[in-house]
Amino acid sequence: MPETAIKAAGSPFGDVVADETRLRRFLDGLPGVDPVALEQRAASLATRSIKKQSKLTAIDLAISMVDLTTLEGADTPGKVRNLVRKGLLPDPDRPDTPSVAAVCIYPDLVPVAAQALAGSDNTTGRKINIASVATAFPSGRAASEVKIADVRSAVQAGADEIDMVIDRGAFLAGRYGKVYDEIVAIKEAAGPARLKVILETGELATYDNVRKASWLALLAGGDFIKTSTGKVSPAATLPVTHVMLQAVRDWKRLTGEQRAVKPAGGIRTAKDAIRYLVAVREVAGPEWLDPYWFRFGASSLLNDLIMQRRTQLEGHYWGGDYVTVD
Amino acid sequence: MSPSTESGSIDWEYAPAPESEAIGRVKDRYLPFIDGKFIEGGGDDLVTINPGRGEPLSTVSTVDEADLDTAVRAARRAYEGPWSKLSGAERGKYLFRIARGIAERSRELAVLESLDNGKPIKETRDFDVPTAAQHFFYHAGWADKLGHLGYGPDPRPLGVAGQVIPWNFPLLMAAWKIGPALAAGNTVVIKPAETTPLSALVLAEIIADADLPPGVVNVVTGAGDIGAALVGHPGLDKVAFTGSTAVGKQIQQTLAGTGRKLTLELGGKGANIVFADAAIDQAVEGIVNGIFFNSGQVCCAGSRLLVQEPIAEELITRLIERTETLRVGDPLDKNTDVGAINSRAQWNKITELTQAGIDEGAQVWRSSCPLPDKGFFVSPTIFTGATQTMRIAREEIFGPVLSVITFRTPDEALAKANNSPYGLSAGVWTEKGSRAMAMAARLQAGVIWDNTWNKFDPASPFGGYQESGFGREGGPAGLAAYLDTDDEAVIK
Repeated sequence: MPETAIKAAGSPFGDVVADETRLRRFLDGLPGVDPVALEQRAASLATRSIKKQSKLTAIDLAISMVDLTTLEGADTPGKVRNLVRKGLLPDPDRPDTPSVAAVCIYPDLVPVAAQALAGSDNTTGRKINIASVATAFPSGRAASEVKIADVRSAVQAGADEIDMVIDRGAFLAGRYGKVYDEIVAIKEAAGPARLKVILETGELATYDNVRKASWLALLAGGDFIKTSTGKVSPAATLPVTHVMLQAVRDWKRLTGEQRAVKPAGGIRTAKDAIRYLVAVREVAGPEWLDPYWFRFGASSLLNDLIMQRRTQLEGHYWGGDYVTVD
Repeated sequence: MSPSTESGSIDWEYAPAPESEAIGRVKDRYLPFIDGKFIEGGGDDLVTINPGRGEPLSTVSTVDEADLDTAVRAARRAYEGPWSKLSGAERGKYLFRIARGIAERSRELAVLESLDNGKPIKETRDFDVPTAAQHFFYHAGWADKLGHLGYGPDPRPLGVAGQVIPWNFPLLMAAWKIGPALAAGNTVVIKPAETTPLSALVLAEIIADADLPPGVVNVVTGAGDIGAALVGHPGLDKVAFTGSTAVGKQIQQTLAGTGRKLTLELGGKGANIVFADAAIDQAVEGIVNGIFFNSGQVCCAGSRLLVQEPIAEELITRLIERTETLRVGDPLDKNTDVGAINSRAQWNKITELTQAGIDEGAQVWRSSCPLPDKGFFVSPTIFTGATQTMRIAREEIFGPVLSVITFRTPDEALAKANNSPYGLSAGVWTEKGSRAMAMAARLQAGVIWDNTWNKFDPASPFGGYQESGFGREGGPAGLAAYLDTDDEAVIK
């Protein structure tokens, strides 16, 4: 029991993170996750039938939760400027379409995005955040000083949010203290920027590990727990997201403090996105149905959301040629 | 960026998503199926009610005792004539046809079952109908292998089986009964419950379409008196009953000394035992599934929650939060989790026992989910602080009512779990495999689930101890109940 274990360890959490032994004892003492029952529950919630007005509401909500992402070695300043424009006004033909939450890019392109966004408040009345991956994304294989410098430069260039990766090598070796210390250091380096902690659940392999890593990230001060880099398969899945939603729900129950969740990678259709929203509503609770508390890390998802939105409003389906490809 | 509203949440409700009633193709009138024909019965018509609305759904012609004789004689002729002489492979072909017929008409059956029984479409669509088809597929595969799988060199069918099934899984129970009987070479006279006869009569249409020889399967309709007349009929060789323990006892008295074989699948008061080290979120799911699946109208429902004291408070908090998310309402809505109670009579019984729990001093919690104005609905209900002496901890409620009892040691859990005249189902939740196995060895229940609940498979035998009945259904043991084997001890 988190509750029982935390009570035993004393409050606040200072005690359980005092040294590696206590941290390990705490994380290993978290209740297990039964994979069969978890996957059954996730599959059963995925059969919810969301129609009519509730579908339209869900689509608009999902659009407003997108971290519109490009994380390619071949990214160019032009592509990032285009991404910013698209994020601000996803469907120019229908200006009532909400903006996305943020663009998510590599650190060296943050200045480009910042420049493209400058004054958007005045010209479009809209604003979106700049999220930057950092900490030697996606592998995280660099010295701590290098990761911290990576974060500082992204924040200085104008990033509002930092998407860091945890040291999976250390985590899988049971060196939870190292992972913890690094998140704490990165959080400090990120300053005012909100910190998303990418667990890379595809490499953690078990749901028990996902739960432990979620709690580790929450203990270390992560504002978001995020599933994946998108560079490892499997990326986000519904059952993994369930476990993470349970973690933030339990965290809030114990501390009164709300934290956010971001599944990323592999969510491509409006149908998928709505299944995630159903999970958010029924596993964590309706108070997480807000772009501040839940995001989708995605690139192609936005276009499907736009097309499904048009379908809902106009009663017929538009082909892919009517939305922009980038 | 900051949260959009004070509470950080938007108002996102699910719009109604009802399945179309027309898919169920409900007819104005249904007839019993005797000797290969749908005939007008000699009994008074009965009106079946749609429990989701509390309104009449359709009319069914019922049989009288003369019709029953006709049905049993037809079954005898079919047995002596073509059916018992057919090779197993030929019988298997017919069973495969029935299975495919169910699969082909699955949407219709799902809607019809939901209308007639009141259970949510999500359950009929994803569980009742596909599992019914699966039972026929499974037993079709057995029909030509009976001589080679441990029943002795020449297992023989018993003859004519009289079968009486309950209203909680009308189609699925028909499949459980008919599948193994036919695979083993018997013929059948089956009576569905008076409140839910429709899906069995559609199954009769599927059987007729499959060209089964007349009389191999007869579906007779009527109330408890017809059921009593059927099980007491001297023309039978075998009786199989699923239903209440009280009726089961009467049947056993009727059949004593007749030499006819009997299997009974009766009531239960399943203990769901949660240890402190359990995977708590999934244990909560299992508890919810155990007691709210089909509104708890399940003989193997996990109606007693035994929770280890150190986690009792936390588990109950989580359980209540989770139960609060269940959507109670229109059975045809695809988002409904808990549907209607099958009949006014059952609604009254649940209400009475719930009141008994309150009167006896247990703390009651009820879901705040609004209930429809019409129809027979009960809010999911949880009693905490229940003790072994209370009626709600001992009697089968057969409704969405859970009694929570605490324990401290494994021995105490065993003593409490086994302290029941029933013995159908039990479950153990622990991350420690050795503890689960040790508990399973000492729990007196026919079915024990480890870190799960309500898992059914045609290959897995199902049945009870003590007042939950005897005999097994499903798997090789279930087939043995329809066979005359050289050595009955061969298959256990």
